[in-house]
Formats: sequence, structure tokens, C-alpha cells
Amino acid sequence: MKKILIAVSAIALFVTSCKKDDTPEYNPNVKADLSVEFDNIAGSSDLQLNTGTYTNTAGESFKVTKLKYFVSNFKLTNVDGTVYTVPQAQSYFLVDESNSASHEALLSVPEGEYKTITFTLGVDSLRNTMDVSQRTGVLDVTGAAADMYWSWNSGYIFFKMDGTSPSSTAGGNVFQYHAGGFGGYSTPTVNNLKTITLDLTTRGTPKVKSGKDTNIHLMVDVLKVLGGTATMSFATTAMIHSPTGGVPLANNYASMISHDHTEN
Amino acid sequence: MKRTYLIVSLFFLTGFLACKKEVMETFAGFQRPTNFPEPAYHFATNKITKEGFELGRKLFYEVQLSANNTISCGSCHIQTAAFTHHGHALSHGIFDRMGTRNAPPIMNLAWNTSFMWDGGIVDLDLQSIAPITNHVEMDETMPNVLNKLRNSTVYPALFKKAWGSEEITSTGFLKALSQFMVMCVSSNSKYDSVMGNENGKVFTAEEQEGRVLVQQKCGACHTEPLFTDNRFRNNGLVPSSTNDEGRYLITQLDNDRYKFRVPSLRNLAYTAPYMHDGRLLTLDAVLDHYTSQVQATPNLDPLLQQGGIMGVQLTASERTKIKAFLNTLNDKSFLLDRRFAEQ
Ligand code: HEC
Ligand code: HEC
Repeated sequence: MKKILIAVSAIALFVTSCKKDDTPEYNPNVKADLSVEFDNIAGSSDLQLNTGTYTNTAGESFKVTKLKYFVSNFKLTNVDGTVYTVPQAQSYFLVDESNSASHEALLSVPEGEYKTITFTLGVDSLRNTMDVSQRTGVLDVTGAAADMYWSWNSGYIFFKMDGTSPSSTAGGNVFQYHAGGFGGYSTPTVNNLKTITLDLTTRGTPKVKSGKDTNIHLMVDVLKVLGGTATMSFATTAMIHSPTGGVPLANNYASMISHDHTEN
Repeated sequence: MKRTYLIVSLFFLTGFLACKKEVMETFAGFQRPTNFPEPAYHFATNKITKEGFELGRKLFYEVQLSANNTISCGSCHIQTAAFTHHGHALSHGIFDRMGTRNAPPIMNLAWNTSFMWDGGIVDLDLQSIAPITNHVEMDETMPNVLNKLRNSTVYPALFKKAWGSEEITSTGFLKALSQFMVMCVSSNSKYDSVMGNENGKVFTAEEQEGRVLVQQKCGACHTEPLFTDNRFRNNGLVPSSTNDEGRYLITQLDNDRYKFRVPSLRNLAYTAPYMHDGRLLTLDAVLDHYTSQVQATPNLDPLLQQGGIMGVQLTASERTKIKAFLNTLNDKSFLLDRRFAEQ
């Protein structure tokens, strides 16, 4: 708690001290780079696949062997109130903890200072129902998304966390938490898409300008996925492989992401 | 063009008369039988070509699609059984692992609005991924399969013929398989000849009475001319030992428990055993089910419990007539069509 307080005031100081002399001229007709970093953590530790041991809210220890999730449909709100929606074609990212290159979503947005960022955790229904020829890049169900797709129930897996826990009674003490479900094709079904909006003003607004790199650093806390509105227990539930099963997980992952700082 | 003539004359020379008719005709593409409705498949994003169809056929019979290179789609979907897994209640796949469901026919799929017994797959183009990556069926991964094809000596050239580039793409792979599957149209039964007024074909009196009975007792679900309404219903089977809850597995809605997609009644002579788990071995067993074994399981279809009576009532002579009519739905030519066979 104390640490966070210090961090907050430090940043606040930093932000205010910068403000005076830093009033760049923005040209909203010019696009510039903005990267959004998804830094996966477990509480106060950096997440270490396979080696790190953590404890969930239910008091069970566990290791994570795989962590992958889709983020998409990015939108940024300028301090002047205008909203920029990143074009569909450039708005899908698959974050994979085992591949550091995937931790950054690289966006191209109009120059300006932004106060909020909004994105979807998951893959929207439009992309879930699109012709296979349009499913390229991270959405290729036979390539990058091969293990993020339920072939028996046509649809993307939005969030996947696999690991081991002594509390799990499944073979090899494994747990597999997979959530997806975009609302169904013909019959309305569970929708585990979550829209996440983060305020950027307290921890540093991104000031996007061409010729410089701006990075919004987000923290993604797997402990929050296991203990937010619902307390997940590996002893009770080791396997989640369906949209309905994924509901508590999705309610939790809706608030697993927070804004840590911005590098301008 | 020239090549076609060459092939034609070659076939004449070898005297391969069975093939004569289809080879002489130029590739006609997908044709809707006159008595069928508009297809549901999205031909706009997958134009059927001879080369695409032939690539799809080769892939359908390709064992490299399985992890240990022993099983193809054609291993479970056998043409002589109207592309079902004849004699197998539950399809066994790789390493002889057993599945939990009976393989449906690859037949008239262009009219399907969803696939699998529970309708979990909504686009035929996405269908092939399921058996390939299923642990019990082919146990492969898609990236691996595509790599095997890339390293093969034949596929890059076949992809080029079909799609204009040697590159083995997922789209090219999946759409070629779809082309083969939608082309597997079965519409040459006696029923179709009568409906199409071909050569003055008519039903016998028994068949005609059988048709009326099927329309009355079965037709709300098994609707002409495809003999399915493409919907999910519970026809009153006792839940299987694996307690397969059918459509519920996909929607997880209570009112979908034990519902399965209504299958077609075409080609029943070749597709035994019947039902989603292949539990019924004969048509008589099916009729016994409808007349005396319908169970009041959750979501039993209202049509099978009318006026407080479970199932449908049929006299012995009505059963005979129904069977006579069902017999007119068999299309032997579909089983013998060389276009659909492994070449
Ligand atoms: C091990 C046996 C097996 C293999 C191999 C196999 N299938 Fe199937 N197929 C099945 C079974 C069983 C079902 C029904 C599964 C269900 O409903 O859950 C099925 C269903 C289908 C369906 C849905 C039909 C309908 O009416 O809904 C299609 C299409 C299909 N398979 C195509 C293929 C293709 C293409 C391949 C090769 C890539 C293939 N199958 C390989 C056993 C197999
Ligand atoms: C309420 C709708 C309904 C009615 C009425 C109905 N069926 Fe069915 N039928 C189904 C469903 C659903 C299935 C698949 C059930 C399953 O496998 O769980 C099925 C399966 C079948 C099958 C198995 C086909 C295959 O390929 O496995 C046959 C044969 C059949 N019905 C014949 C009939 C006949 C004959 C009648 C009339 C006497 C009839 N049905 C009436 C819904 C119906």
C-alpha cells in the first residue's frame, strides 16, 4: 500500500513538473506510433512461466505454464473529448506470455494527448463469424490462433491460462482455464467479451507525436483473474473449457488490467 | 480444352465406359437439383472450380492429415456407405480411439445451416479443423498439416492449379475441402425422379401412401425435399451412457438439453446404424423407437407427445408403406459416382 502511494505521488510530481514546459503542437491529421504494453504479473511479482510459484485468493499455490489472451478494438479518447477508433484491420492482438514480442500492441493514432484507452478482451462476434479468408495474422485459426480456437464450437478462445497446482485433482495436477463465447450465432448464448476502459490521467497521459515513441504500460494481474468478483479454486474447478464455465473467469478478467505508467 | 479432348479419347481407348459420361461433360460446377431449394453455402466466397474440387477430393482422401499418417477423412466417411462410417456405431479414429458419436454422411451439405449433431460448427469452411485437431479422430495440428503439405512433392503444384499460387494457405486448404464436400450432392433417388417428372417415373400405390404417412408423422421434422428442417430436436431417445446432451453442449441453454440436429432420411439403406450414437441398427428398430420407445426426457419434442400419446402410432401396414417410401430415397448412383471416389 505504502509503496503504491509513494509511486503515485512520485508520478504525480513528475507529471506536474513536466506540464509547464511541455505543450507540444499536435497535428491531428498526422498519425504517430503508440504502443500499448501488456505486462503480465502475479500480484507484486513479475509473472514467470513454469518457474514462479504464486498463491491465489483461495490460498492454493500454483504455477502458470501458459498465458494467452486476445485484445482488440482499441479506442482512444483525446483530452479534447474526440474519440479515435483504431481501424478494424489493425486492431487485433494476441498476447502470449512466452513471446515477448507479442506483449506490445502497436497502434497508429492521430497525434494528440489521450485521457482514456478502451479495448475489448476477446474477439468480437463479427470476427468470430467472418469468412476464413479474412482470418489472417493472429486470427488465423490454422496458424497463430490454432490453440486459441474451439473447433467443435466454432469460436475463438479469448483467454487461456494453463498451469499446475497441488490443489488440482486433475491428472498431473494441471489446471486449464479457457474462456470464450461471443454471444452465439443463431441462438443467443453466453457472451464473455469484456470492454475495458482505463483512465490514463492519474498515471500519465500519452502525448503522441510523430518522431517519438509513446508507450502506455499496463499491468495484467493473473491473481485478479483468480480472485476478483469470484474466487476461483483449483480444487473445486481444475478445468474450464466452455463459454458458461468461463463466466466467472471473464467477470474477473474484466478487471485484471490497470494502467501503471506512460512513457512519453 | 485440348486436354479435355485428350483425356476423353484416352478413356475411350481404355474402354473405361463407366466414366465415359462424366468425363465427356465438361466440369459443370455446383448444380442445384431442380427440386431442391436454394443452397445455404456461401458460394460467393468460394467459387467452385474443377481444380479446387479436385484438390479438395485429394485432401479428403489424404492420410497425411492425421498425426500418424494413417487416417483420412475418407476413412470415416466412406463413399460406399454414403460417406458414413458403415457398421460403426461410434467412429473410431487414430490409434483406434473411440469417439462418442456416429459419423453423419457427407451428403447435400450445401443445404446445411450448421454441422455436427449439435450444430457446433457454423461454417463448412471451418469444419475440417475439428476432426484434424480432435484427439480421438486425427490428433494432428493444423500448422503441422499445412507444413506436411508444403513439404510434399505434389501439393504445391495442385494448390497452384486451384488457387493460382504454390503457397499452401489455410484458406486454400479449407475451401478446397469445402468444394469437394458441397459437390457431394445426392439427388438421383427414385423420389427425385418422380418429383422431377423424369421419364414418367411414378410411385407405386404403396410408396405413395407411405409418402403421405411420412409427411404426416415425420415430415414436420424430416421435411421434404432434404428430409430435415435443419433444426435441433429431442426425439425421445434414452440418454446415452455418456449422457451426450447434444445441442446443450453448444448453447448451454437448458431448453437445448438432449436436442440433436434432425438428420436427413435420404440413403438410409446405406447409412446404418442410426441416431447420433448409432444405437439403432435397422429401420425396424427406428420405427419401434417412434412407436413404442419414445421417452419423456427433458425437452421431448411436442410433436412426439400429442394428445397424451408418446411417439407416433403406426399399424403394421403403415410401417410397411413407410419403409417402401423411405426406400425410394436411396440413391445408389451417389455411392458409385466416380467423381467422388479416391482417384
Ligand atoms: C475418426 C473418424 C472421422 C474422421 C477421420 C473424420 N470424421 Fe468427419 N465426422 C466424424 C464424426 C463422428 C462426426 C460427427 C461428430 C459430431 O457430430 O460431433 C463427423 C462429422 C463431420 C461433418 C458434419 C456433417 C454434418 O452433417 O453435420 C463433416 C462435414 C465432416 N465430418 C467432414 C470431415 C472431414 C472434411 C474430415 C477430414 C478432414 C473428417 N470429417 C474426418 C468422424 C470422422
Ligand atoms: C420431433 C421431430 C421428429 C419426428 C416427428 C421424427 N423424427 Fe426422426 N429424428 C429426429 C431427430 C432429432 C433425430 C436424431 C436423434 C438423435 O440422433 O438423437 C431423428 C433421427 C431419425 C433417424 C436416424 C437417421 C440417421 O441418419 O441416423 C431416422 C431413420 C428417423 N429419424 C426416422 C423418422 C421417421 C420414419 C419418423 C416418422 C415416423 C420420424 N423420424 C419422426 C426428429 C424427428
